[in-house]
Amino acid sequence: MIRKWEDLQEIRKRGERKIRPNKIKITVGTATCGLATGSAEVLKAAREAVEQTGLDAIVAQAGCIGYCQMEPIIDVWIPGFPRIFYSQMTSTKVRQIVEALKKGEHKPEWALGKIISETNIIDESVFNYTSEKVPLEIAKIHHLNDVPFYKKQFKIVLRNCGFINPEDIEEYIGAGGYQTLFKVLTEKHKPQELIETVKKSGLRGRGGGGFPAGRKWETVAKAPGDIKYVICNADEGDPGAYMDRSVLEGDPHSVLEGMILGAYAIGSHHGYIYVRHEYPQAVKKFTKAIEQARELGILGKNIFGSGFEFDMKINRGGGAFVCGESTALMASIEGEVGEPRPKYIHTAESGLWNRPTNLNNVETWANIAPIIARGADWFASIGTESSKGTKVFSLVGKVNNTGLLEVPMGITLREILYELGEGIPEHHRFKAVQTGGPSGGCLIVDTFGWKHREYLGDTAPPAVSYVTESLIDLPVDFDTLTEAGSMMGSGGMIIMDDTSCMVDIGRYFLNFLKEESCGKCTPCREGIRNMLAILNRISAGEGKMEDIDRLVEIAQVLQDASLCALGGSAPNPVLSTIRYFRSEYEEHILHKRCPAGVCKALIHYSIDPLKCTGCTVCVKACPENCITGKKQKPHKIDDARCIKCGSCQEVCKFNAVVIQ
Amino acid sequence: MIHEKVAAIVDKYEADKESLIMMLQDIQDIYHYLPEEALRYIAERMDIPLTQLYAVATFYKAFSLTPEGEHTIHVCCGTACHVKGADRIVDRLERELHVKEGGTTLDKRYTLKTVRCVGACSLAPIVMVDDEAHGRLNQDKAAKLVRPKKPA
Repeated sequence: MIRKWEDLQEIRKRGERKIRPNKIKITVGTATCGLATGSAEVLKAAREAVEQTGLDAIVAQAGCIGYCQMEPIIDVWIPGFPRIFYSQMTSTKVRQIVEALKKGEHKPEWALGKIISETNIIDESVFNYTSEKVPLEIAKIHHLNDVPFYKKQFKIVLRNCGFINPEDIEEYIGAGGYQTLFKVLTEKHKPQELIETVKKSGLRGRGGGGFPAGRKWETVAKAPGDIKYVICNADEGDPGAYMDRSVLEGDPHSVLEGMILGAYAIGSHHGYIYVRHEYPQAVKKFTKAIEQARELGILGKNIFGSGFEFDMKINRGGGAFVCGESTALMASIEGEVGEPRPKYIHTAESGLWNRPTNLNNVETWANIAPIIARGADWFASIGTESSKGTKVFSLVGKVNNTGLLEVPMGITLREILYELGEGIPEHHRFKAVQTGGPSGGCLIVDTFGWKHREYLGDTAPPAVSYVTESLIDLPVDFDTLTEAGSMMGSGGMIIMDDTSCMVDIGRYFLNFLKEESCGKCTPCREGIRNMLAILNRISAGEGKMEDIDRLVEIAQVLQDASLCALGGSAPNPVLSTIRYFRSEYEEHILHKRCPAGVCKALIHYSIDPLKCTGCTVCVKACPENCITGKKQKPHKIDDARCIKCGSCQEVCKFNAVVIQ
Repeated sequence: MIHEKVAAIVDKYEADKESLIMMLQDIQDIYHYLPEEALRYIAERMDIPLTQLYAVATFYKAFSLTPEGEHTIHVCCGTACHVKGADRIVDRLERELHVKEGGTTLDKRYTLKTVRCVGACSLAPIVMVDDEAHGRLNQDKAAKLVRPKKPA
């Protein structure tokens, strides 16, 4: 039980020693992305190697440091040395590292980067890793911050991810955690002060809507009633975004501390976290975090002896996208079908069990403790005029570096894509970036769409004036993305290149939303179905020119008449692709051609005889046995029997399989 | 038999309606579907109309009213996986297992499902076999996940 400041400091010291012990520590990243690339084997191999070699070292686990593409990532801490990160580990490599360490050697050739000092975001304390002369081979390893992917990052939300053991509360406290909460509760800060700080900081909800968090808190605090709830929305449904999972798996206490602070500010004693059931690791880690916090008296009655009472409960979702919508989420916690309620009654006044309820998402909550600790002005000094602080983006799709990155708001798409992401894989052209999940849209960030129209001999001016302008230098914040026809959403950024068909993307999202529409209101239920039918027709080569106008017309009805944001924003992906890639729709309709080579009904696979070496790999891969040809002679695909599965293209090493 | 197990689950959550979805998930985990008997028991014990339970059981994707396979294959169809060929993987697994998406193999070993996003997008395309994620797949690698392992 923590009662006094000294109690907390004692645990902090213990935690610091666990984070940076007085012997070698090998930390393996074992969040979901690590596990999917085999970090469980790496962890096992590291443990075995340490035992076999008799190296005096600790093998530990942590969350993800964001560069998921480079997983499995491990880091090696040696007292007095920089912290060295190694990427793309295998059991063999990790064994060799342990053997090298035993001999006092290193493996700089496998290093991703090193860190020589760390600044704590909560109390600004600095820790310098290097205290004595390090060997030249280590001095030569470049700094992690010089790796393109990390260059412009600034971590508030992901401050501890990958650095601490998420299953040990002492390490969170060791990194400065729960100090803010302790001060607020024991020094009897006024709840209103906290609300003012959050308001002044300019923090906007990170779940998609971007509603000012402080204003929401204030409404709930002022709402009449003794029982109020706080909820953490961890039903991260937007496909392509996974920052919430990463925070819950890598640093669950940061969310918990934010929620307790929020509960204190608005006068709530009961909290809920609603986690998707697709995230089993996150559920496991957060459950453990709650238990450990209870043991130390950070949850429950009389927290830190201050008299404040608050407890939490985890609810696992049932697998319904619409439950990310606040009212549907609340219905789901109540054990009901997750259908949204009309919005004329605000959840801030009548939410869960008809009580005032404050709901924020994982990333928003993780921002709270640093804001309270460092003050509103500090937070407001980061970001743009209307969007303060940082945002975590998941940069995924057809881009060279994929992973989670946290950058100040206002950074341009160019910086994210070409500097941090290091551009598009070779031989391909950048086409669009999709943001905001199924409610967002596709943004074109060069003039490809317009040039393509010229190429088609279409001289009419583009429908929207700034299509010809380059959007690549668009500063990314809540408002600029909305103006450009998409939205920030929860921060997924899916990069698409010339092999992604925009009609198919529109179709994909509508298909997704058709499944996920709860069916309560007609515009959403029927509108999506009809739009999808039209798109299916277009991608089958049976579209008519008037279909494009029809799509826009139905979209209008959905936007105007749907009950909740799911329906209201459902047409966005289609509207934005029509807005920026109309020519691609026209190409499907007029010329029965899919320029990206995706829509099955409009494509044919063939083998380029000049490139084919006759290696027979595709012959073996073809499930229909419809590729023929002798060894070392160009092969042929029997078009009549081809099921267009693309297996041959996946296995061909000579790019000889072409789509027409 | 069913009653005892279900009763234990309901007790674990103290028959709290707020935990209804989690109770159903635990039942689904044990039986690979929601047996009618279990739903009737919960309806009576917690005084919830059976129609309401039926609504919940059919609304959420996590539940099934017909028996599913021993292992569930979830092909991630999130946006990142989609642009990296998740559809091809679904097609391939459908052919490999001789079932359509949502179906269960005759030997009741596998149920093939798609999922919106498992949140490991940088390793797209992804397939989850039960709780285990497999990343950076192509059609061949995905097919190998469901083929019987060769004896060593």
